[in-house]
Amino acid sequence: MAAEHHRVGDQPWVRRLLIGTAVLVSLILLVIPVVVIFFQALSAGWSTFTGNVLDQFTLHAIGLTLLVAALTVPLNLIFGTALAWAVTRFRFPGRKLLVTLIDIPFAVSPVIAGLLYLLLYGRNGWLGGWLATHDVQLMFAWPGIVMVTVFVTCPFVARELIPLMQHQGSEEEEAGVVLGASGWRIFRKITLPNIKWALIYGVVLTNARAVGEFGAVSVVSGNIRGETNTLPLHVELLYQDYNVVGAFASAALLATIAILTLVVKAFVEWRQSRPTILTPEKGGV
Amino acid sequence: MSITIDQISKTFGRFQALKDVSLEIPEGKLTALLGPSGSGKTTLLRIIAGLESSDAGRILFGGDDVSNLHVRDRNIGFVFQHYALFRHLTVAENIAFGLESQPRKQRPPKAEIRQRVAKLLEMIQLPQLADRYPAQLSGGQKQRVALARALATQPRILLLDEPFGALDAKVRKDLRRWLRALHDEFHFTSIFVTHDQEEALELSDQVVVMSQGQVEQVNAPTELYARPESRFVFDFLGHVNVISGVVKHHKLTQGDAWVSLPGQKSDQEAQLYMRPHEVHLARAPSVHARLPLRIEAISLIGSEVRIELAPVGWNSEEIWEVGMSHNEFARHNPSRGELWYAVPDIGHLFVADSAQPKSVDWAYTTAANASNM
Repeated sequence: MAAEHHRVGDQPWVRRLLIGTAVLVSLILLVIPVVVIFFQALSAGWSTFTGNVLDQFTLHAIGLTLLVAALTVPLNLIFGTALAWAVTRFRFPGRKLLVTLIDIPFAVSPVIAGLLYLLLYGRNGWLGGWLATHDVQLMFAWPGIVMVTVFVTCPFVARELIPLMQHQGSEEEEAGVVLGASGWRIFRKITLPNIKWALIYGVVLTNARAVGEFGAVSVVSGNIRGETNTLPLHVELLYQDYNVVGAFASAALLATIAILTLVVKAFVEWRQSRPTILTPEKGGV
Repeated sequence: MSITIDQISKTFGRFQALKDVSLEIPEGKLTALLGPSGSGKTTLLRIIAGLESSDAGRILFGGDDVSNLHVRDRNIGFVFQHYALFRHLTVAENIAFGLESQPRKQRPPKAEIRQRVAKLLEMIQLPQLADRYPAQLSGGQKQRVALARALATQPRILLLDEPFGALDAKVRKDLRRWLRALHDEFHFTSIFVTHDQEEALELSDQVVVMSQGQVEQVNAPTELYARPESRFVFDFLGHVNVISGVVKHHKLTQGDAWVSLPGQKSDQEAQLYMRPHEVHLARAPSVHARLPLRIEAISLIGSEVRIELAPVGWNSEEIWEVGMSHNEFARHNPSRGELWYAVPDIGHLFVADSAQPKSVDWAYTTAANASNM
């Protein structure tokens, strides 16, 4: 393997062109917009920025967004784990269908998801009428926002876990049962440590999406300032009020959450790729 | 503890994995479940363990019906084919897992657990690897750890699923001997599943040959090899030389070949089975057989010279194999391409559709015929 290292098309100018294009496109499409967000948010000075952030409606939007995430993430954590467990550990009719169904939130546009919930649970909807007579309001209130967010983000945890659990098989759990461990002990000592990093990865993605979801939430929220306004909706509202700097201040908050998410995600990916944790046991070594 | 398998049946969808299997596993013995893949041996092992439920039948441990007892409460040791070590626990933690899983009342104190783990590590000769993770071990080491883990709770029954399947030949041999020694020392009742006939014959006290969800034969290894009771067992255990043809005038005939079968009725289809050591080679046909064969290959490795031959003027589905001592080989000096004649000493005759063979001994019949003349 001396000088003959060339692959087809491996000429210097091709390499430079490809790398240059990639860098340029990333800059224009990704980096500059993010920088501009912070630049715009701070364009009227630090005190204006803090003023915008500490505005009572913005604070309420932050609170609501965090509430939605705080409810959505654990719900989908439990749901995703249970679903992945069910489809990878048991054989039952309709199992494959279930695996396909779980992708529906990815396939359907969030706006349509919001509309469906509105049709079902809204005052004139199938279930909404019954709910209204019992004085339960889901749509145009925070429970509706949580419901659509759960819907939109429900595949993340399950999607991360299913391939991993399929690959790991159930032999370790069987070994645990044979050794006399209770179901809970098996889950805590064997299953959970094996899926830990995939689970965290799923949670990070779920959280990112739950915080940032716009389409589905905007349909069911009703945009009531100080009541049903989440941070992404708040950005739009401020922008429509010609409060550009305010809009960008809120956007900067969202962008910060996104960057933090990326950092956590990168760390989890690094942990997941470490051989002692996830390398499958190969026979005959 | 003896194990009784009483009329166990199991189907997966439309596939019948086990058909009404009944079996006695004697206490303190090492029993092999031997069979090709799909013969139901692993399913049977998993049903005994309680990892799989049967559709019908009962499992008894020492006379007690355990069919409805949960795996957790059966107190068996189980060694999985791919070891199934807990990958995020160290070797010592893996071995301690069973002890730590016991209900609080029975659970030994921490210090005692530590002591027992140390003892087991000593037994598997890996005390220096206590703090390693499974991914850092070789296949043979993993298998030892899996065994120690299974034995930690001192089960009276040890079940092993293809325990040496994933290991290379050398390690496999060492581990086999080690397991045998371990078994002789502790006297638990063990069952192991294998598709390797050599492993089954070498390691076990009793071999259960399975095929298509049924038990074909149960015997001690020596008996099994010497006296197979069916065509399947013959084919499955070691090499066998076969000539099939029609019996005419007390001779089994096919093409240019024949073998005398004194007293055998005429006009019957029949197959004659002979082990490589039940046949010898000669330059000329003998009085009781004419089986012309051409030498195709000679293998000198091993304690015996193995000669592969192809029929000349007749057909056989598989190649013939004849063993010869190195001494004899040096004397006769056979070489590839030469024409030789196989002379059967002992044969096993399957007539028409009969499932059981009939033994034929030409040394005896020719002597008897000679004295009659």
